[in-house]
This record gives sequence, structure tokens and C-alpha cells, in this order.
Amino acid sequence: MKGRAAYFGVFTALALIFSYVETLIPISFGIPGVKLGLANLVIVIALYKMKLGEVYLLSVVRVLLSGFIFGNYFSILYSLAGGLLSLTAMALLSRGKRWKKSFSVTGVSIAGGVFHNIGQLLIAMAVVETFHAAYYIPVLLVSGVVTGFLIGITAGEVLKRLINVF
Amino acid sequence: MKTGLKKNDVLLIIIILAVAGSAYWLHEKIGTKGANCITVKVNGRIEGVYSLGEDQEIEINGGTNHLVIKNGRADMTEADCPDKLCVNQKAVSKNRESIICLPNKVIVEVDSSENSEFDAVSN
Repeated sequence: MKGRAAYFGVFTALALIFSYVETLIPISFGIPGVKLGLANLVIVIALYKMKLGEVYLLSVVRVLLSGFIFGNYFSILYSLAGGLLSLTAMALLSRGKRWKKSFSVTGVSIAGGVFHNIGQLLIAMAVVETFHAAYYIPVLLVSGVVTGFLIGITAGEVLKRLINVF
Repeated sequence: MKTGLKKNDVLLIIIILAVAGSAYWLHEKIGTKGANCITVKVNGRIEGVYSLGEDQEIEINGGTNHLVIKNGRADMTEADCPDKLCVNQKAVSKNRESIICLPNKVIVEVDSSENSEFDAVSN
């Protein structure tokens, strides 16, 4: 039990640091709203290492902390919607009875990236009360696949080496 | 832990890209029909409708955002918000395209004058 609490702390700190590192990376992909989502790397790894309830808690705690430090009320709202939707999609693909073991880390992470973007777009449409932003969907889907793929590959490599630690 | 892509992964990628592709195609297909004016909304309320046909400059929301219409395209050139996402966005000219400035709650939408009446009702 003590060990779990310690691991939870480490994961939270890691996710927070990655959120910070993300703000330092000057690369914007040239498209508004598209970013790598480094903190998602920690969430993907946690998904394979922790209980699902803990991963949800980790996700919410990360969003709130990084939102208070780096963002504002709106960014918390967006991150929360994106993060929870993305985590639910990833949990279904990695742990759902139907799909168990039929997706690799990369596939799970891609679903996460895509649904993260969909969640944020839904909130954006609700905030400005317009459905016209839907034309942005193709951009967000493709960028979700690309960033999810990159995060998934990285998470897979990390998980390979983490196995003996836990 | 194997990291290689599985069959389902590839299937997932293909499906997502197909959805993205068809959404893009649909937008292009519907988008080019009769787009001739833009609607400016602030906080959900319509502030004005301007023709794309004539070149003009518009101050929105008492000057928080500056919109320029030139050669049938509308472009946000200035905004007082910190992120400037609306300014960095490309100029819009196709039906249903929009420039959105979230901090100032400003929406600029391309429309055709035929269905703007319908929009006013449905909103």
C-alpha cells in the first residue's frame, strides 16, 4: 500500500514535469491546437502499470495541477474533457473484454490521441455554441493519429524496460 | 511487451484516416457553394453581416479584434487576446469556414446570403 502511494506520487510528478517540458518545446506544428501531448506518455504507461481507478485519478490530478500552474480556467476544462475521453477510449482498447490484447500500445495511444482531440473540440463547440468548427475534425483526427503514434512507440519502448522494476 | 503494430492497430489507423478523409471531402464539396458573406458573432449574438465581395476592414467587439476582407477572403489581422490563435489562422473564404477567437468569444463565419436567414432562425 505504501509502495502504491509512492508510485502514484512519482507518476504525478512525472506527468507534471512533462506538462512543463511541453511548454518549453518551441515547435508548434503550424496548426492551432496541435501539440505532442507529452504528459499523455505518462498516462499511457500508467495505464499498463496501475489500477484503472488510479490512472483516472492521476489524469485528473495532473490536469488540475498543470492547469493551475501553466493554464487557466478554460485550459483546465479542455484538458479535462480531452483527458478523460482519451483515457476512457484507451482503457476500453487495452482492458475491455472485447479488445483485450488485440491492440498494441501504439494502437491504444493512437485512440487516446484522437479522442483527446475530439473531447477538446466538443468542449470548444459547446463554449462558442457553434457546430461549424466541425470542419476542423479532419485536422484533429490526423494530428491525433500522428502524435498518438509517436507517444505510443515511446511508451512501448519504456514499458519494455520497466517490466522488471515493478 | 511487443511494440510492433498489430492487425487491429493498422485497422484503427485506416478507419480514422478514412473518416478524416471523408469529412474533409464533404467539407470541400459543400463548402464552395454560394459563399458570399460573413457573419460576425460576439458571445453568440450576431453583430453584423458583411459581404465578401467588397474589400473592407471591420472592428469587432469595440476593437478587440480586427478583421480584413480582401479579394473575397476574410482574415483576422489583429486581436488583443494572449494566444493569437485567431490571428494565426488562415484566411477563410469557403462556406461554413470560421475564425474563432475563444478569449473574446468572437466567431467569424462564412455564409451564403441565401441561408443566413435560416441560420438566424435556427440559432
